[in-house]
Amino acid sequence: MARALINVPAKAKRGEVIEIKTLISHNMETGFRPDNTGKPVPRDIITEFVCKYNGEEIFRAELFPAISANPFLTFFTIATESGTLNFEWTGDNGFSASESANITVE
Amino acid sequence: MRSGAVAAVATAVLAATAIAAEIPLADRKSGYDFMGRETRAMQDDDTANPGMLWVLDGEALWKRKDGAAGKSCADCHGDAQTSMKGVAARYPTFNAARGRPIDLEQRVNMCRTDQQQSTPLPFESKDLLALTAYVGRQSRGMPIDIADDERTRPFLQAGRDMFNQRQGQLNLSCALCHEDNWGQKLAGAPIPQGHATGYPLYRLEWQSLGSLQRRLRNCLVGMRAQSYTFGAPEYVDLELFLMWRARGMPVETPAVRP
Repeated sequence: MARALINVPAKAKRGEVIEIKTLISHNMETGFRPDNTGKPVPRDIITEFVCKYNGEEIFRAELFPAISANPFLTFFTIATESGTLNFEWTGDNGFSASESANITVE
Repeated sequence: MRSGAVAAVATAVLAATAIAAEIPLADRKSGYDFMGRETRAMQDDDTANPGMLWVLDGEALWKRKDGAAGKSCADCHGDAQTSMKGVAARYPTFNAARGRPIDLEQRVNMCRTDQQQSTPLPFESKDLLALTAYVGRQSRGMPIDIADDERTRPFLQAGRDMFNQRQGQLNLSCALCHEDNWGQKLAGAPIPQGHATGYPLYRLEWQSLGSLQRRLRNCLVGMRAQSYTFGAPEYVDLELFLMWRARGMPVETPAVRP
């Protein structure tokens, strides 16, 4: 599975705005580049990212060929309750990766 | 007396323009100091620094048994966090068996062939970058400390000569940009002083981690000069000189650069 790095604060106050950072290892091959024989290299990118907070979707992103390799996505949410954040990336050629992080809300 | 002083000043000015002055130790700056705020933030945060993806891969490789000997790096070296601390700060280092300095990539491959009885990893392969990044990461923040002794001196001199040698169709030397014109702009980008403090590093332009030799190749191609094959002694001499030139500066591996 692709390696991913997640940064979620371990603790937050209820109602606090928290920043979530995600980084995943992926080539993000655009499909527009030729290889050394001149043939185009087939597209191989992550197409979708979803973040769920205790099962509820709070952030979704569509990714396109112009997005760099090893996409770094960062976004904000409000800390409402203690629980788990799930992150899921899906892409070409059946690519799928997931990670999770716990948060304690006081 | 007065004319003598004027003559002395004139000679001094002439000497300064004729020979590129080395950057005084206190005026040295890492490439980090030339970067924008966002790129610095990327390097400083281990969860935003893409180089850390390679470091994590390196950590897994460190423990993986390989080769006919069925040994992992950890079987000989134990916990890299203690055994590899400060190691990358001393590389390239003189190797008695080879009779010349070797860089970290060559050291990893020597271990692979001699100890693990496995095949050497190709230069710039993901695994070699991962292992060198992982080993380099253990020295982060430590001062670069290159041995300047009888054994390394001839190679340091060879590296210095290459650094000052004009070459290629544009007739440039490394020193012309990185000593005489650092801080100026080249095609809109600032020219850094060329201290190799953070290799292997993640270049946004490469969208990948890369070694110092890859960077040197880039510079040579830019100068329209002939580049060497990866692992060539010329590169290692230049790496040795560059690291000596950055002596005392902290290791930043894995650094991020634009």
